[in-house]
Amino acid sequence: MGKTVAQKIFDAHYVDSPCSDIQVISLDAVFCHEITTPIAITDLMARGKDRIFDPSKIKAVIDHVTPAKDSKTALQGKILRDWAIRHKIKDFFDIGRNGVCHAIFPEKGFVRPGFTIIMGDSHTCTHGAFGAFAAGVGTTDLEVGILKGVCAFRYPESIKVEITGKLPKGVYAKDVILSFIATIGVNGATNKVLEFCGEVVDSMTMDQRMTLCNMAVEAGATSGICAPDMVTVEYLWQFIKDEYPSKEAALDSFSKFKADADAAYSDTIKLDVFNLQPLVTLGYKPDQVKPVSEMAGTRIDQVYIGSCTNGRLEDLEIAASILKGKKIADSVRGIVSPATPDIYSKALDKGIIKIFMDSGFCVTNPTCGACLGMSNGVLADGEVCGSTTNRNFNGRMGKGGMVHLMSPATAAASALKGEIANSELYLA
Amino acid sequence: MKNFNGKILFLDRSDINTDEIIPAKYLTESTKIALKPFLLEDIVLERFNPAKDIEGKSVVVARDNFGCGSSREHAPWAFEVNGINMVIASGFARIFRQNMFNCGMMAVSLEKDVIEKLFTKFAGKSTSVETDIDKMLFTFTADGLKEVIPFSISQYDLALVKAGGWVDYADQKY
Repeated sequence: MGKTVAQKIFDAHYVDSPCSDIQVISLDAVFCHEITTPIAITDLMARGKDRIFDPSKIKAVIDHVTPAKDSKTALQGKILRDWAIRHKIKDFFDIGRNGVCHAIFPEKGFVRPGFTIIMGDSHTCTHGAFGAFAAGVGTTDLEVGILKGVCAFRYPESIKVEITGKLPKGVYAKDVILSFIATIGVNGATNKVLEFCGEVVDSMTMDQRMTLCNMAVEAGATSGICAPDMVTVEYLWQFIKDEYPSKEAALDSFSKFKADADAAYSDTIKLDVFNLQPLVTLGYKPDQVKPVSEMAGTRIDQVYIGSCTNGRLEDLEIAASILKGKKIADSVRGIVSPATPDIYSKALDKGIIKIFMDSGFCVTNPTCGACLGMSNGVLADGEVCGSTTNRNFNGRMGKGGMVHLMSPATAAASALKGEIANSELYLA
Repeated sequence: MKNFNGKILFLDRSDINTDEIIPAKYLTESTKIALKPFLLEDIVLERFNPAKDIEGKSVVVARDNFGCGSSREHAPWAFEVNGINMVIASGFARIFRQNMFNCGMMAVSLEKDVIEKLFTKFAGKSTSVETDIDKMLFTFTADGLKEVIPFSISQYDLALVKAGGWVDYADQKY
């Protein structure tokens, strides 16, 4: 019987099988940030095991609260910084060079097809967009990853998600993944890998594929995966051009991680996007979704554009195209956080930042802060936010706040109107 | 090995997420014990008062997809520092479940109808559970009521519980 993408990656990284359905695999990269890593570091030190398996395979960033907002967050940054220096971790991104982990690590070329990656962050599934197996883990798994370069998982079963049709104008990867989560539920893919394929995925850019895979965990999935193709190779070419004689040769090499034609999937789900509308969440679960048209008129206090889901250049470009020459509603606080310094810089060069500022948005540095209610845009009790992030959990962006998840286009249009609204790009 | 016996806290809901178990604003703490007062602070659940209802409880019983959302191991830690080392539910989010066993704690799945029976028979009463980990049996008791229910965890999960977690296990082996 044939193998799925995830199974081929597991087979290439096999270390041990401590019981029938558990497999220990070797890791190609361990990503670290300052919220979940410091406790792993202090625990390793307390155990007399302050070692790392390979400094070239550990990448670290301060991204959740940056600049530090108080003494506690300053200490978390310091523990990570001191550790990176102590262990000669070259790829450590401190303030001025730091960005949202799931945006900056792919941008630096650290994610390759066939890689195995863990991080103490549930949205690590984002990196599956490159045909990698990438999974969020807790601090203990992270600690072992740092120490030994291994992690234990169930041998992966995958759900094939075939996305067909053609996306209508004004409908985006965010709407696709919200639609999928609404279909399968927040628990629909628990312990499974989602293998996204089909003509819609084939035509997506890497930015869009990352948005798609980013929210795999909101359906309970271990990882989202898009098989590598020429789009993947083009994105990575600047990092891999010395390793392969041609792009075709690179693709040929990556193709060993493509699923077999007779691969066994635990389920196959077909999603046709032909009639898909822009979507928005309501309530406190990401599977509670309605068309924007049915939620239109819902008052909002804040619009947040950013995060590992939708803070990349394409996202900012789409939002800016809607905001250009217009002012956001007086009642709305608009906040945009370009996800990395490179995105910020490119947005500056393209005049996108000016458009945001002229429309009344506050432009913050790259950070995760507002998405999880830690800094840079926390809601007050009873406030409502239209947000391009990935979780609408109760209290997520601030105690007593309500979060409506949406695409950057819907967020920009909603900021202009002061209430949830479809963008002019979507012609219903 | 940790203690898996004691009084039960019934949380009658599915999809209880890790933001509800411990909000992100407390993730700036660098000790586990500092999380103690904030367990389940943001949970959406009628007739539940974290300030009163957690004290003295050792085990949580809940519905499906327990611990979904963030990867934060602060969620198991927040239970642990409150003396709760085990969650029994009809299902768990992957990362939360693994985090529990990695800490030498237990996340035990029972069939939906068994969980339903536990809620019907024992919720609202002062219920205790005794866990025989080798025979894999729970004994629930309350007000003269008794129910013995078998459970199953893998030998690997059992090894982690008995070893007290994944770090020492892995460092010796790999």
